Amino acid sequence: MAEKVKLERQAMCDRLAMEFQDGWIVNLGVGMPTLCSNYSDSSREIINHAENGVIGYGPLAKEGEEDRHLVNAGGQKVTPLPGMACVHHADSFMMIRGGMIDVTVMGAYEVAENGDFANWRIPSRKGGGIGGAMDLAAGAKRVFIAMEHTTRDGGHKLLKKCTLPITAPGVVKMLVTDLGLFEITPQGFMLIEHAPGWTPEEIQEQTEAKLIISDDLKEFRFRA
Amino acid sequence: MKNKIYKTMDDAVADIPDGVTILSPGFSGVGVPRNLLAALNRQGAKGLTGVSNNAGTVDENVDIGTLVEAGQMKKMICAFTASTHPSQVTPFTRMYNNDEIEAELVPQGTLAERLRSAAAGIGGFYTPTSVGTELAEGKEHREINGRMHVLEYPLPGDYGLIRAWKADTAGNLIFRLTQRNFNPLMAMAAKVTIVEVENDIVEAGELDPDHIHVPGIYVDRIVRIPEDGIWI
Repeated sequence: MAEKVKLERQAMCDRLAMEFQDGWIVNLGVGMPTLCSNYSDSSREIINHAENGVIGYGPLAKEGEEDRHLVNAGGQKVTPLPGMACVHHADSFMMIRGGMIDVTVMGAYEVAENGDFANWRIPSRKGGGIGGAMDLAAGAKRVFIAMEHTTRDGGHKLLKKCTLPITAPGVVKMLVTDLGLFEITPQGFMLIEHAPGWTPEEIQEQTEAKLIISDDLKEFRFRA
Repeated sequence: MKNKIYKTMDDAVADIPDGVTILSPGFSGVGVPRNLLAALNRQGAKGLTGVSNNAGTVDENVDIGTLVEAGQMKKMICAFTASTHPSQVTPFTRMYNNDEIEAELVPQGTLAERLRSAAAGIGGFYTPTSVGTELAEGKEHREINGRMHVLEYPLPGDYGLIRAWKADTAGNLIFRLTQRNFNPLMAMAAKVTIVEVENDIVEAGELDPDHIHVPGIYVDRIVRIPEDGIWI
């Protein structure tokens, strides 16, 4: 029996980034999803869009090379690429709602088998942090989620129905966790790749929703 | 030509009364009118409503959170009324939890479009953003082209505090890279628009008309950021 491995965050984000197609306009959420930009594949061109109105920015700026006027959505100093463009906030969200964004990658507290997800409010805390998440969820062509499979206390996060207030209904297309890669199908979560050493039955034990196991189930791919 | 140039930040905000709505741009610390906010903090106007992407951060830099902490804000309208990390407890978070400040939470794109609508003289707009969520509850819904939308209203301001890269004496503004963010929208949605500018204010005619981001007709007051001002 192979050793059970939980996937590192970088591996999780690399796997989603492998799904990006040549020419896609990609919006990466704050936090873990920004790791998707570390995955490089010279065979394709990805155009990064950030809510604050920058299209076509490049990698994080090295120390000493930062430009105080150029940040991504997470406030990280990034570098310009040839062809980069800047717009104001209303135009930036015009692109989002107008269907220009091929994929947005976000984190989440919960994802449900019908494609609902929750990532902006925990009822025990007053207020919420929406940022651009609701606009991106409603407007991007695809929503991908990267999150841990369970809470720190072992609670379920892949659910039959979200228990927290949702960000948007029925929009999640693909989900990566530290246990594997899932597609959201009309029938629910389909496990398509499993973390090394994990059987589908063991992943099901960590999951409230009933998993569909792909006929073509594979071990998790670390590189394309 | 009307003189729009003010000598100091304090002069430029001196007449802002209690109880008005302040539009305060900036995103991730870039394009924040920190010098004007510091002056408004010194001036001491109270009972203000603030419109901003967030309600302040945990860092030490002057932003809208400085006025929140000083008790000058009655209400905040923003896209974050809780930090993304529970560990980041801002002055706003403490006051909001104690019911010492009001807040309205608005999705970021809706916030931007509400400002744009106010500037554009549009009575509102239908957006698919927030449909099916708690935030859409109680709002007018309408199905358009087979998709459900909610009605959102314009969000005008009394005073817009703006940070620009370049300006001329006519008030024409140019921003640099992601400094632009909410700045043009708030400059155009405010009744009185006050600008802090990072470069020397040039004579009208020296900026290329094709490269202006905000025409000077929207701008009332301009102040050059002094050497010892806040440059972050």
